Amino acid sequence: MVKKLLLLVLLAGAGLMFWLGVSDYQVKEELNPIASYYADQGLEETGAANLVTAVVVRYRGLDTLGEVTILFLTASILGFFLIKGNKKETFRDSSEILKTASRLLEPIIILAGVYVFVNGHLTPGGGFQGGAILASALILSYLANPTDGISKTLLKVTESFSGLSFVIIGVLGIVLAGGFLDSTLLPAGSMGKLISAGVIPIIYIFVGLKVGSELAGIVTNLKYAPKNESE
Amino acid sequence: MITLEYITLGTGILLMLMGIWGLVTQKNLIKIVIGFTLVDTGIHILMVSIGHIKNRTAPIIDDAVNASEAANKVVDPIPQAMVLTAIVIGLGITALMLTFVVKMAKDNNSLNVSNFKSLKW
Repeated sequence: MVKKLLLLVLLAGAGLMFWLGVSDYQVKEELNPIASYYADQGLEETGAANLVTAVVVRYRGLDTLGEVTILFLTASILGFFLIKGNKKETFRDSSEILKTASRLLEPIIILAGVYVFVNGHLTPGGGFQGGAILASALILSYLANPTDGISKTLLKVTESFSGLSFVIIGVLGIVLAGGFLDSTLLPAGSMGKLISAGVIPIIYIFVGLKVGSELAGIVTNLKYAPKNESE
Repeated sequence: MITLEYITLGTGILLMLMGIWGLVTQKNLIKIVIGFTLVDTGIHILMVSIGHIKNRTAPIIDDAVNASEAANKVVDPIPQAMVLTAIVIGLGITALMLTFVVKMAKDNNSLNVSNFKSLKW
């Protein structure tokens, strides 16, 4: 009884706190100065029609690099904690429906994912979203065929290669253009075309590949066989 | 009057409260992780709705939004970019928590948080 009362008090207090934070919230009519700078100059400076992409890859590109690093760190810690034993993993056979459907769906899902991250500078989407779609196809293939579906070595190689390429593009920006991760490394091109916006599409392709392989790696690693299981 | 802004703000706050309730009351470790992700999602909705501006469209320049008048037609792109970052960080945190859950469950053969005595004093 006391516990429930305390819980109620806690929830009411938290709710009141959140509500006080937003109760006198006025719907904004104008962009704040920095956002309106991005809206006015973003297309000209980066060539990316999608302003969110312009902010993520160009104006806050270093944040994105940090974000990708955090994802890599997560995958590493996960691999560190869940060390696979020598024990042979046993899997229940997946159903015929799952196997057939995954053969049909995988190419389509992968195509959708690649479309989303290749067009990240033009349409809603980008490297992280496309990577997540790509990972869903890889995880589907893993579920349908856990023993010899996707190669973990290939995942690791793709992940390392994309991460390294991202950093190399950033460093090339220092040498050849205005600074780290500067998108004017390549010509901006004409707005709205697939090949435009400098290096933003290339960075997003690498981010997409990295996120896709990393998420698939995380999920496959969570199937954990401890080393000294006494059975 | 209930406007779109208040609906989204209210949804975000409600999700956060549901998540806190789950964190406090649930005994199953996986349900605790779900409560945490609910708080996460509530904060994301709150952030995106704060960046919203009345009668404006998505921050993408195309046929509907000319480059010259973009500042008067689009919503704030910065909270959306921040939420994109936050979602990825949230995924990393969730994966880490699930890792610990897997490890704890394998070591103690239980998912009930009451069975883990080693941190009690």
